[in-house]
Amino acid sequence: MSNVLLKDMAQVRSGDKGNTVNIGLFAANEDMYKLFAKQVTADKVKAHFQGLVDGEVIRYEVPTIHAFNFILKDALNGGGSTSIRVDNLGKCFGANLLRMEIEVPEEVGV
Amino acid sequence: MMKKIRIGAAQGFYGDTIEPAIATAKYGNVDYISFDCLAELTMAILLKDKQKDDNLGYTRDITTSMKALLPYVKEKGIKLLTNAGGINPVAAQQEVIRVAKELGMDDLKVAVVTGDNLIDQIDDLIAQGVSFNHMETGASIDSVKEKLKFANAYLGSMPIVEALKQGADVVVTGRTTDTAQFLAPLIYEYGWSVEDWNQLASGVFMGHLLECSAQSTGGNFSGDWEQVERVEEIGYPIAEVDASGEFIITKVGERGGLVSVDTVKEQMLYEIHDPSAYITPDVIVDLTQVKLENVGEHHVKVSGVKGKPKPDQLKVVMGYEDGYMGQVLMGFSWPDALKKARKADEVIRKQIEQKGLLYKEIHTSYLGYDSLHGPLAKEPSEDLNEVYLRMAVRSKTKQDAAQLGRLFPPLFLNGPPAAGGFYGNIPTRQLLGMWSALIPREIVESQVKIRVEEVGTYV
Repeated sequence: MSNVLLKDMAQVRSGDKGNTVNIGLFAANEDMYKLFAKQVTADKVKAHFQGLVDGEVIRYEVPTIHAFNFILKDALNGGGSTSIRVDNLGKCFGANLLRMEIEVPEEVGV
Repeated sequence: MMKKIRIGAAQGFYGDTIEPAIATAKYGNVDYISFDCLAELTMAILLKDKQKDDNLGYTRDITTSMKALLPYVKEKGIKLLTNAGGINPVAAQQEVIRVAKELGMDDLKVAVVTGDNLIDQIDDLIAQGVSFNHMETGASIDSVKEKLKFANAYLGSMPIVEALKQGADVVVTGRTTDTAQFLAPLIYEYGWSVEDWNQLASGVFMGHLLECSAQSTGGNFSGDWEQVERVEEIGYPIAEVDASGEFIITKVGERGGLVSVDTVKEQMLYEIHDPSAYITPDVIVDLTQVKLENVGEHHVKVSGVKGKPKPDQLKVVMGYEDGYMGQVLMGFSWPDALKKARKADEVIRKQIEQKGLLYKEIHTSYLGYDSLHGPLAKEPSEDLNEVYLRMAVRSKTKQDAAQLGRLFPPLFLNGPPAAGGFYGNIPTRQLLGMWSALIPREIVESQVKIRVEEVGTYV
């Protein structure tokens, strides 16, 4: 078992809709998808984004492409055209998720 | 041979480069080129234009994109579909006609779709029983009603299909869903019925993959982004769709970029909420069974898109005045760059208090450290070479917002040492809050109008 950053094993893309951000998280294969399913939970993502996301976090599963879609509510300081933050459109939220670390068994490998 | 319709993407937002679309027109063997010019934020930008000049309010790069692409309408019969009309689609149509006249294209038919703009009817509609409660929070519209600046319903493909039936070569609309311009040609060409849910869903999904221009062809790609070839001349996606709705995403070889399962899947979920219910005016799309396959170099086959009956209501997005933002940037050098910048932040905050400036919010970040990652950024382990203090304030009035910049210049002599590179003259920005609500579709659809004009006869 070793701790690995999502940065080293996943793809992401994030975007905005109103005051909500979505993050698509993409695993490279079925084994990693299963690891993410167990460890990258909505609760864990909510905790990870503490201080940046004020609302609920929802996770949707899209197993055919080994992906999850995370919905982060109250995440954009009001939304793109009223936010006074630098990343007013949430384009960097995906990168932010890549800072999360998960436990990877040796046999899965990265 | 079975019929295939080829659709190319032209623009993913107001200001996106048009060069890749020109290459698609030249080399892509496409039947249609579709634009998505309108992000949520764009309507706010267009509103500011219209406030200055009543003839504006559309995306002004329509002039250059039409100059570049209209010749291909004539030469190759490519049709152009765009929502560049923003909050003033008729003015956008007139601009297309003006460009066409300049190019001597008298027989060109330019259609405009109107009816999405509800700003002048809000009170009437409320009287008729539309609540306009916020669709996510359920809050009453009363708190923002007096401050509304625009209100547009998202239209689907059907008015564009109608314009094509009436012979339009170019269709200009206002607020449509991002995908409407992409689905419309398929309904028109294949004669899909309004209840062919799976086909319609497939067409919407194709539009979704194309609407953000190069985001399907290697742009903003988080995978092997360093391997994407010729990013400086990236190509835009092209979809080749058959009558069943299945399609292949590709691009022209003359441009760079990458089309692979990995690039396409990133776009698949972009700005989508529930993947089993991506709601559009034409159909509710279910993406949970989608299959993506690499079927050749820069060729990805998409299948398995499912559809469910369209919703009874349309989404309306309204923008309301929400105060002003002032912002300032000031750099600080090594050693102790971050400490100095933090001290400057402390000084400015104290002075804001002493002067009694009333800000609803003061936001501080440090460019080079946490401006993009906020509280998730880790404290740097080594002394940064340099860092920029960025302060932004939210205020009720423009004057208050502008005051922020005046506090900074004295810091050079009266504050922490070795500050440089001051950007104090950044104009204040009007902030617009967004209010999303639902409206029964019949109300909007009954007022949608399609008008097709031939350039030569247009007065």
